[in-house]
Amino acid sequence: MARTVNLVAGAVLVGLVVLVALVSFAWTPHDPLLVDASLRLSGPTAEYVLGTDRFGRDVASQLMVGARTTLYVGVVAVGIAALAGTPLGIVAGMRGGWLDELIMRVNDLVLAFPALLLAIMLGAVYGASTLTAMVAIGVATVPSFARVARAGTLQVMSTEYVLAARAGGRSRAWIAGRHVLPNISGLVLVQSSVSFAIAVLAEAALSFLGFGTAPPTPSWGRMLQESQELLAVEPRLALIPGAAIALAVLGFNLLGDGLRDRFDPRLEVRR
Amino acid sequence: MSDNPRSESVVSVRDLWRTYRRPRTSLFGPRPEVHALRGVSFDVARGSRFGIVGESGSGKSTLVRLLAGLDRPSAGEISFDGRRIDTLPERRLGFLRSRLQVVFQDPMGSLDPRMRVRDIISEPLGRQPGRFERVRELLEAVDLPADAGRRYPHQFSGGQRQRISIARALAPRPGVLVADEPVSALDVLVRAQILDLLADLVERYALTMVFVSHDLAVVRHVCDTVAVMRQGEIVEQGPVRDVYGEPRHPYTRELIAAAPSLSAALSGPEEG
Repeated sequence: MARTVNLVAGAVLVGLVVLVALVSFAWTPHDPLLVDASLRLSGPTAEYVLGTDRFGRDVASQLMVGARTTLYVGVVAVGIAALAGTPLGIVAGMRGGWLDELIMRVNDLVLAFPALLLAIMLGAVYGASTLTAMVAIGVATVPSFARVARAGTLQVMSTEYVLAARAGGRSRAWIAGRHVLPNISGLVLVQSSVSFAIAVLAEAALSFLGFGTAPPTPSWGRMLQESQELLAVEPRLALIPGAAIALAVLGFNLLGDGLRDRFDPRLEVRR
Repeated sequence: MSDNPRSESVVSVRDLWRTYRRPRTSLFGPRPEVHALRGVSFDVARGSRFGIVGESGSGKSTLVRLLAGLDRPSAGEISFDGRRIDTLPERRLGFLRSRLQVVFQDPMGSLDPRMRVRDIISEPLGRQPGRFERVRELLEAVDLPADAGRRYPHQFSGGQRQRISIARALAPRPGVLVADEPVSALDVLVRAQILDLLADLVERYALTMVFVSHDLAVVRHVCDTVAVMRQGEIVEQGPVRDVYGEPRHPYTRELIAAAPSLSAALSGPEEG
C-alpha cells in the first residue's frame, strides 16, 4: 500500500544512518582525524572511497563519525523538547483556563524566538559546543511538542472514556497517565521524528556557522563549512556531507509521515 | 452513611438550570447563552426504571452529566440519597461514584482503545486488590467469554462493547445505573439483546435505572416511569401507562403519534 512506502523508505534511511554511526564506534576505514599532507585533496580511490579533504583526512571516515554527532545532537535535543513539551501540553490541555493561557502564551514567545539566534547567544555566553547547540535546539523545539500534546489531550479529554473514568472516581493524574499519555503517544512519536529532521538541519547550520560542534570532532555541518573555500576547486567536499544531511533529513521526515499515517486516529477505528 | 436508606427517592432534582456560554460572536455585547436545561424537576423512586425521553438537543445529555456529577448546574439542586451533590467538588464525590454509574452511548468512544478489557472494567475500582476477580464475575454477568479480559476493545462487536461498558458500570456495585442512549448506536437485533440484558441486571441486582433515550418505543419497553423533555424542559411526566395512554401535553401526543410501534422500532432502521 502507498502509505507504507513512506514508512519503509524513512525507516531504511534512518536505519542506515544509525547503522553507520554504530559501525563507526568499532571500525572506520581510516582514522578520521589523521592528517596526512601527502594525501591532500585526493579524489576517490580504492583506498579512500570518497577521497580526502584539504588536510588529507579520509572523507568516508569523517562522514561515518559525523553521523554519530548528528544522531547524538538529534536525540538529546528531541529528548529535551519531548520531556519538557509533552507534560506542559498535557497540563495545559487538562487544566484549561488561566494555566492553559499562560503555558501557551509563553510557548508562543519561545516559538517566535529564532532557534539559531538562541544557539548563537548561548554559544557566545557559554562557548560554542555541541552541548549549547543541543540545548538551544531542544529549547526551541519545546513549543511544537507542547502544541501537539495539548491538541491531542483536548481530543482525548472530550471522549466518553474519560467521562467514564471521571464517573468511576478516577483522579486527574490517573486519567493523564492511563488515558491521555497512551493515546497521544503516537502523535508525540510523529512529532519526534519530524523534530529530529529539523534538529539535524539546525545542527548542521550551527556547525557551518561555527556555533556547533567544535573542531576536531567531525560533524556534517563542519565538513560543509570547511569545504566552502574549496567549493570551486573541489565541490565533492561540499556535495558529500550535503547529500548525507539531505538523506538523513529526508529519512526522518518520511518516517514521521509514515508514522502519522500509521497512527491516524481515523484509521484506528476501522482497524 | 447518614442518609436515610428508606427515603422514597434516590435521585431528586429541583428546578435545575444549565446555561452554556458560547464564544463571543462580536467584540461588543454579551456572549450568547444557550439554555440546555430550564428548570427541570423530578424524583427517581428507589427501584424504579425512570425513562427520560426527548429529541436530540432537548438537554438529555446535559442532564446525564449533571446527575453523574460530571458537570455543575447553573442553578437548582440535585440530591442523591438525600445528599446534595451539586455543591461538592469532584474529589468529594467518592460516595456518588460507587453508588451511581453511567453507561454511555457510543460503544466505541466510551472504551479506551489502548486499554485491555480487564483494565477498562476494573477502572472504577482503581487499584483495589481482587479487582480482576471481580472482572471475571462481571464478564460472566454480561455474557462475555472469560478470556475477553485480555483483549482490546476493537476486537469486539458493537453489542459486545456495550456489554463491556455495562460491566464497567456495575463494577463498583452501584445502586443506580444511568444509561445514556445505551442502544441507539446498535443495530436492531443487538439492541433487543442489550435491552434484555439491562432488564435482567436491573432485576438481579435490584438496581434503580435512569434510562435516557430519544426512542419512545424503547422507553416504553424498558421503563415504568417517564419524563418527556423538550428544549430543556420536562413537559410531562408520570407512569408510562398514563403518559403513553393519555398524553396530556400536545408535544407528547405529537411524539407518540410520530413514533413507530415497538415491533416496528425493533425491526426498522433508525437515525442515530
